[in-house]
Amino acid sequence: MKAHVTTRINQESVEFLCEPSETLLRVLRDNLGMTGTKEGCGSGDCGACSVVLDGELVCSCLVLGVEAQGASIETVEGVAASDELHVIQQKFLEHAALQCGVCTPGLIVATKALLAENPSPTEAEARYYLAGNLCRCTGYDKIIKAVMDSAATMREGA
Amino acid sequence: MSEARAFKHIGQRTIRPDGFDKVTGKANYGADLALPGMIWGAILRSPHAHANIRSINTERAEASSDVLAIATFQDFPSVNDAASAAGTLRKDLIDTAQNILAQDKVLYHGHAVAAVAARTEAAAEAALALIDVDYEVLSPVLSIDAAIAEDAPLLHPQLKTEGLVEPADSPSNIAARMELKKGDIAKGFAEADVIIERSYDTPTVHQGYIEPHATVVNFDHNAPSMIWCPTQGHFDVRARIAQLMNMELGQLKVVASEIGGGFGGKTTVYLEPVALILSKKAGRPVKMVMNREDVFRASGPASASQSTIKLGAKMDGTITAMQATLHYEAGAFKGSPMGPGCMTVFTPYDVEHMYVEGFDVVVNKPKVAAYRAPGAPQSEFAAEMAVNELAAKIGIDPIDLRLKNAAREGTQTIYGPKLKVVGLEACLKAAQQSEHYQSPIADGVGRGLSAGFWFNIGGQSSVIINLNPDGTGSIIEGSPDIGGSRASMQMMAAEVLGIAPGKLNPIVADTEHVAYNQTTGGSRTTFATGMAVIEAAESVVSQLKERAAALWNVTTEQVDFVDGVALNLAGEDSLTLAQICAAAEKTGGQISGTANINARGAGPSFAVHLCDIKVDPETGKTDVVRYTAIQDAGKAIHPSYVEGQFQGGAVQGIGWALNEEYVYNESGVMENAGFLDYRIPLASDLPAIETIIVEVPNSFHPFGVRGVGETGIVPPLAAVGTAVADAIQKPVSSLPCSPPKVLELIMAES
Repeated sequence: MKAHVTTRINQESVEFLCEPSETLLRVLRDNLGMTGTKEGCGSGDCGACSVVLDGELVCSCLVLGVEAQGASIETVEGVAASDELHVIQQKFLEHAALQCGVCTPGLIVATKALLAENPSPTEAEARYYLAGNLCRCTGYDKIIKAVMDSAATMREGA
Repeated sequence: MSEARAFKHIGQRTIRPDGFDKVTGKANYGADLALPGMIWGAILRSPHAHANIRSINTERAEASSDVLAIATFQDFPSVNDAASAAGTLRKDLIDTAQNILAQDKVLYHGHAVAAVAARTEAAAEAALALIDVDYEVLSPVLSIDAAIAEDAPLLHPQLKTEGLVEPADSPSNIAARMELKKGDIAKGFAEADVIIERSYDTPTVHQGYIEPHATVVNFDHNAPSMIWCPTQGHFDVRARIAQLMNMELGQLKVVASEIGGGFGGKTTVYLEPVALILSKKAGRPVKMVMNREDVFRASGPASASQSTIKLGAKMDGTITAMQATLHYEAGAFKGSPMGPGCMTVFTPYDVEHMYVEGFDVVVNKPKVAAYRAPGAPQSEFAAEMAVNELAAKIGIDPIDLRLKNAAREGTQTIYGPKLKVVGLEACLKAAQQSEHYQSPIADGVGRGLSAGFWFNIGGQSSVIINLNPDGTGSIIEGSPDIGGSRASMQMMAAEVLGIAPGKLNPIVADTEHVAYNQTTGGSRTTFATGMAVIEAAESVVSQLKERAAALWNVTTEQVDFVDGVALNLAGEDSLTLAQICAAAEKTGGQISGTANINARGAGPSFAVHLCDIKVDPETGKTDVVRYTAIQDAGKAIHPSYVEGQFQGGAVQGIGWALNEEYVYNESGVMENAGFLDYRIPLASDLPAIETIIVEVPNSFHPFGVRGVGETGIVPPLAAVGTAVADAIQKPVSSLPCSPPKVLELIMAES
């Protein structure tokens, strides 16, 4: 029997039905049509499905949909304010920190979580925090530059 | 080097036009499409690496109310009909069909055997258990040595080696042999003061794109059937499916979704024809998505290799002879990149006497697919390792040795043409002068370098540029944008039209809305599709001049067009592009330009990489502490994305050299089919990847472009291998230089 779940996604109240075995990733993508969150491995190794669940960065492929009950979830769709990009998104574009772009939603969400925890990361701290987000195109160089520039810009704006 | 041309937009670092959608999650990739009434397909895969299929019984599945359609090899009409019986069907098409759904043998663990469609993904996966397959298990062949052994089990009992001097009379696992020669190799070695001969091997690796293969297919009896998929070449997907399914090209419409990486691995078809069969039978749209394990077990990978290199040189550093014997694993069906491997192995060298022999060997692993400069990383790894050892033996700087023997304009290649203007010497000099190469090497750190070569290709591209009445417009192209090519198309068109790049919207059209385009591969897109964009834009410019002439009542010769403005040479008048567009109604209708080209003269591309590696002597763990990629781009259209290609190629090569490999058990089951155990480089594994863009313009391209996508994966293997060897002061001959292997080398007696 399907479970009835009430949750908050990107500050909006959302209800859905899901099988108890369905992952949050499946619920987001297939039940709610929120396909910005990507699946790269389904085993928590690539970070393409990164979301923030009650303030904690998680792989949504390792969370069950029913665990969203009463929780607050942030996905990539909630990072930009309507048509205005978040600083991190803008910096990813300025630094050409994406090529194919499929890891990008996960990296944007993870970078936002990093800078919420640590507004002044060293480059090494950024590299280790983002080690759970695989990118096969860029070699990470421009991603790290975008992250460091985002941090500096956000500190100035704070 | 030709004179540098002044550009307005080319060489700027603009924001890519598809960027907004990609940082906000709006861009739609392969698995992101859902259609009304859509059902799900799933694939039954072989639990054996090598087995005969005695029977496939689908009765229980057919009886299930959950199952809406079933597909097996028997559903490929083309390979079962008269054309096949008459032998007129190309063998490689039969191989493709048998790889997509096995016929009478399974040839690797994970080989697709049958497929079902059901209302949900979970129901489809559960229904696979209702298909009964009776196997006769055979011994797997898992290495080149095992495959070429006298009594090796045969994968294909009919396969005979092509390219032997005497035609083969008995079947073999060696599908093909090739030979390339130049000069007299015996004479070359006779002239040498020093001769070295070494053998090297590289493992099976995967392209490792983050997006798994996926497709949504809607069969339609009355209109073209729609195939949505992430592919590097949707026109070639269309052609392949048409051949397999006996359909006309016009009966198929292939839509290229956004593509989450490919690197050569998304140039073929796996799921798409199966989904079409299921959709036709079920009368519903069908979605199929591979999981990561399937991607590793049944797509890609790149060939494992064994190479023997023999070099002869004089004590002054003149290389007199270069010889190679190269074996490539093809996987389950013939067709490794042995050919390009043989052609590229010694191309960085202008040496009189060369001899190369290559072998294409089938083994019970997945059929290999292209991977970024296919074949070149393996062979050039071996050649460059040997050249570095030769330099050390003679006592000459490895860059000086390469400069002394470097391929340059007029060098006769072993594969045919003489080289035109190339940038190898410029790259070597840039490397030698770099701060990296000039810097001292720290204690416990080793340094390595390598050159690398890849051809690049041109080929067919088709482009339409439409202008709107307000002077904005669209660029309709057919090259899937795998790494930012929409930006470079926009910039090249803007350069010719003299308007801001943002005024033009680049669109990757489906197979019905633009004429044929070759696959995004061979580093061809910015070169060849870029040439088509420039030609279409030039056609637009000549029309703008005609329209301005009509408005001014002068001849076209009396109109010039500079920076987006038409100038009346017979008077003082001028009209902007937008003004001419606004008046188009009065001068003959709207303005659009097309170009359908077959581009020639893709410039060869050379690179030189420098690598510093620290090795922990107690664990064998390696750390790349500094890395620099230097490459000839001809002309960098968008420097950030050119650097990105250098960096991405370098890091894939670093992964190949240090960590990545398929690990098989003795039954032929891959034991590390996931990103946890097949470990691609992480952000925390790497330093900044420094880049130096060298620009030696390609005279065949209007702006001087050479392809940049592939060359960057060629040098890292030997740059890393040599750096590790330098750090531990032991020779390295086998990749990857993973900690256990490095520790074994450290512990070995000198």
